[in-house]
Amino acid sequence: MSALLHHPGYDDDRLRLLMEKLPCRETQVSTLLALMGEPEQYCYPSIFIYGQRATGKSHVTQTLLRELQLPHAVVSCVECVSVGILFEQVLLTFFGSSSSNSLPRYPSLSDFIRLYRQFCGQVPATQTRYIVLDRAELLRDMDANLLPGFLRLQELVEDNLTVILLSQIVWDKFRPNTGCFEPLLLHFPNYNKAELQEILAQDTHPSYSSELYSSYINILLGVFYSVCRDVRELRHLAALNFPKFCEPLETGEAKEKDAHKLWRNIEPHLKKAMQTVYLREVSSVQWEEQQTDERETADRRGLSAHEHVELPYYSKYLLIAAYLASYNPARTDRRFFLKHHGKIKKTNFLKKHEKTSNHLLGPKPFPLDRLLAIFYSVVDSRVAPTASVFSQISSLVTLQLLSQTSHDDQLDAPKYKCAVSLDFIQAIARTVGFDILRYLYDFL
Amino acid sequence: MSKRKAKDSHLTAGECLSQAQRLLRERFCHQQLPIRPVGVESQHKHLLELLKRTAVHGESNSVLIVGPRGAGKTMLLNCVLKELMEVDEVEKNILLVQLNGLLQTDDRIALKEITRQLNLENVVGDKVFGSFAENLAFLLEALKKGDRSSSRPVLFTLDEFDLFAHHKNQTLLYNLLDISQSAQTPVAVVGLTCRLDVLELLEKRVKSRFSHRQIHLLSAMNFPGFLRSVEQQLRLPPDFPDSRFSEDWNAGTKALCEDKSVEAVLRKHFNSSKDFRSLHMLLMLALSRVTVYNPAIRPTDLLEASRICTSDAKANVLHGLSVLELCLIIAMKHLNDIYEGEPFNFQMVHNEFKKFLQRKSHSIHNFEKPVVVKAFEHLQELELIKPMDGTTARSQKEYQLVKLMLDHTQIMEALQKYPQCPTDVKQWAASAFG
Repeated sequence: MSALLHHPGYDDDRLRLLMEKLPCRETQVSTLLALMGEPEQYCYPSIFIYGQRATGKSHVTQTLLRELQLPHAVVSCVECVSVGILFEQVLLTFFGSSSSNSLPRYPSLSDFIRLYRQFCGQVPATQTRYIVLDRAELLRDMDANLLPGFLRLQELVEDNLTVILLSQIVWDKFRPNTGCFEPLLLHFPNYNKAELQEILAQDTHPSYSSELYSSYINILLGVFYSVCRDVRELRHLAALNFPKFCEPLETGEAKEKDAHKLWRNIEPHLKKAMQTVYLREVSSVQWEEQQTDERETADRRGLSAHEHVELPYYSKYLLIAAYLASYNPARTDRRFFLKHHGKIKKTNFLKKHEKTSNHLLGPKPFPLDRLLAIFYSVVDSRVAPTASVFSQISSLVTLQLLSQTSHDDQLDAPKYKCAVSLDFIQAIARTVGFDILRYLYDFL
Repeated sequence: MSKRKAKDSHLTAGECLSQAQRLLRERFCHQQLPIRPVGVESQHKHLLELLKRTAVHGESNSVLIVGPRGAGKTMLLNCVLKELMEVDEVEKNILLVQLNGLLQTDDRIALKEITRQLNLENVVGDKVFGSFAENLAFLLEALKKGDRSSSRPVLFTLDEFDLFAHHKNQTLLYNLLDISQSAQTPVAVVGLTCRLDVLELLEKRVKSRFSHRQIHLLSAMNFPGFLRSVEQQLRLPPDFPDSRFSEDWNAGTKALCEDKSVEAVLRKHFNSSKDFRSLHMLLMLALSRVTVYNPAIRPTDLLEASRICTSDAKANVLHGLSVLELCLIIAMKHLNDIYEGEPFNFQMVHNEFKKFLQRKSHSIHNFEKPVVVKAFEHLQELELIKPMDGTTARSQKEYQLVKLMLDHTQIMEALQKYPQCPTDVKQWAASAFG
């Protein structure tokens, strides 16, 4: 452990403090520290750190640089709508406001390098300067010369400088066509289950023992670990559901030791949370409200947005007709919608030529005439083809329940596609008492 | 008390080590110039002669240095320039303009930079020029000395030369090469590029003005030579302050290079690339593991460094996926096998996954479809699957065609190393069809 903590050029106490702030990342921190060397020694020109979301990439680099008080500029590429902002932030942190003000209006990389060299000549680096570019995958979408330029920035500005790129995406997807300066690659692996347990158990509730919280985290991980390994997400879920977990303790139904009872209480609750909170279908405020008045919301099944769509009567039928037209082959229309469809042999009809069903391949486009023909045969009453029906079609397009596939200039025979899911159309069909599965070729 | 004493004796060793680290880090990370370039003596001589003729006799010239990335093009040029500047009459006489294709992305920026590097900003002032050529000609005219009939030679170095060829009409290249052809101000144009086909990029009128002089840096190093250069790179120079330490270090380096396991690592590295950059990265990683407790590079350090250098990034990312995401990847692998690499959509993957759940799964229970969609989207965010072009805007998310960006073997290897992988998932992956 002492070898891990000791790095020449840095204060041992400060390093120990640093390690406490970065739990479960000891190997990564010490590799990074070893690479950086003493503050005034050179470091490799560019380091590319990759790893999945919430593996501590930004946290480790930023805490490291901040705690050790090394000169550094942290720029998140999400914030940089133009490269000018990026350059400005770097110059501002290193050389103060006078430097960033001297950038021209639409600065190019050339301007940036020129200014950097100019100011660097006035204030030469005594310690290695670090530029941290967070979410570096966005650099690919900016000017083509930016990424290769930053990778060899040390050479271009002739300063003791290291660029650290952080990204979720592997380096192979960054490499330009003609190649560039290869950065040093470092991987931050995901936290494993034990490490997650350790990190999540750190934020305990003041009025409960830490053992209880840790056992709660254990239950939470049991439900969510196979789906999600994101610390932030798990932490959010843990904080949100903890009051529910404590409910039996407060009412006195169970004691802290009754682990099984507590588990039985919380487990279905967590599974429900997976369907709603995890998918962001409800906000955390809504979720908390729902917990307090459970009776009221119990009969409202599901909170998903698409359960609440209200449509006019004919629009519902139009949408059903569109769904049928999209997912049934045109040649089967005779069989579904004609009373006397003559002799089609059943065996012949049911022989499926397509190996994969249409519900795997997605909706097919259909002409307006076919939509209307199906519409008239499925709707109960007689409907006159008035402008109101047509305007309902276009409002369905506006609602993005249908999508128009043909060009706008084709006025006489527009083509559409149905853009709703099976669950949705089944819910719609139920409201008008229409058994849609009987009319779908895939489900015969 | 004894502890402090031990620390005192460490101090000098620590200082030595820090000195050595500083020296070697400058060599590996800052591209510090060697005293003499190794392995490229003839090219060095050629280039030096060429530039000397411009600098001393005022002959115009143009030359391209071509070589793969990390082969030492910049190093060669800088070595030559350093040597050139040591000659007294040259240093007073010559003007140096260094351009880089990455920085000067169009001709206007390039011209501004040339003006700046020639210290002519005040001369140009607010003048308005009709054409690019006129502007450049004015700049060069301004270089002519007042009383002497001759003018000072200008040396242009163009790093990433191929990028200049993408400028509009190649005006800058045309004008520079045109001046180097005609009897105007003596200029030398040195281009550096990693593209062997760079001449094909030039327009006909530009190409005809180029001298077609090319210096190739194609490394013909063999393995013993490579080993020697590794040792050379790690050696401390004779003027190192503590001679005993440097002797020990150099002896340790020599022993290191003779070690069998190290030789295997280096041979593996040599077979994949023999340029200096990647070697520097390897040695830098090994060097960073040297501490006071471990005052020399050990074979294990180099092994570890090579492990970091060669680790498969995609496999690393795969190890961090959740079991659900991994299952989706396997489903996609099966789809790829069945449909021979045709693109697929989410519905198909989900269908395949459901089939697995119904038939074989014991450890994984059913997930709601939106949860699976979220996992699928995460894979897309990691760019392990990539949407096909053109279908993005119109179709629903579930039916958008995507492609798997992973190889069959990559998946299987990652699966072998995946921590705590359920056995039924493993079996499913290994089975031939679904």
